[in-house]
Amino acid sequence: MDELDTKIINTLQLGFPVCASPYRQVAGQLGITEAKLLARLENLLANGTLTRFGPLFHAEQMGGALTLAAVSVPVAEFDKIAGIINAFPEVAHNYAREHTLNMWFVIATETPQQLTATLAAIARQTGLTVYNMPKKREYFVNLKLEA
Amino acid sequence: MLDATDRAIIDATQAGLPLTPEPYQALAEALNLSADEVMQRIKSMQRRGVIRRIAAVPNHYKLGYRYNGMTVWDVPDEQIDVLGARVGQLDFVSHCYHRPRHLPEWPYNLFAMVHGKTREQADLQIEQIARLLGDANRGHCVLFSTRILKKTGFRRSA
Repeated sequence: MDELDTKIINTLQLGFPVCASPYRQVAGQLGITEAKLLARLENLLANGTLTRFGPLFHAEQMGGALTLAAVSVPVAEFDKIAGIINAFPEVAHNYAREHTLNMWFVIATETPQQLTATLAAIARQTGLTVYNMPKKREYFVNLKLEA
Repeated sequence: MLDATDRAIIDATQAGLPLTPEPYQALAEALNLSADEVMQRIKSMQRRGVIRRIAAVPNHYKLGYRYNGMTVWDVPDEQIDVLGARVGQLDFVSHCYHRPRHLPEWPYNLFAMVHGKTREQADLQIEQIARLLGDANRGHCVLFSTRILKKTGFRRSA
């Protein structure tokens, strides 16, 4: 990753225009050609520096449902339980964390009913208590990390 | 509300925006719409908050942010909205939410994500939140992530 990649990442985290030739517009701000911006962007996505480039959706505003849930997994069963939970397409993220509650995952579904059903299915298949922690209020969301 | 065309645009951009000089035109062709309509609808979804923004999402670890901590705090319910808004305004906090307690084992109701390139940087951020909360902080805990087990975009099961 060089200085230009850094500039591209920092710029594109802020937003992206909706116009006929948006890459050309951003490339102009960065002082590079459109082709170069596209090539760099493709590379940053291919090597995993960026996990995504595109619209970031607000699940609840789309009518869908979203929650954060946690389980306390015995160490010896960690990989097996991770396999069971990750197999649900409704599970979007899953992180191992340092705590008694050591596995934390985000579930996204199209309806609240599907969310309840997914939580119940995970509890059934893992045999674990699932701690459901849906947000009651959002104060701030804006993942922006200086590259 | 979202209609079928909005949903088609959402589905077509789940994997990301096309990496071609005219990405909205490319979407329009795939969906049999005009580029103008695609752009108008995307702008409308941005205004309504369905699309938070169009942007790049970095992998924290690849940018050197190895210390990604979910900080959780037990604060009085009657103060949480004021305190949550203030914690959310700290420039290093990427997400800040009020979530339910699960007593007795989980007393925490305020969640704030912090990201540090070093443990020291993360610890300083945590200290800053603790200072801001002051006496309202009745207990807290920091859960650093040790491994990403799964990370995909939010997909509609369609």
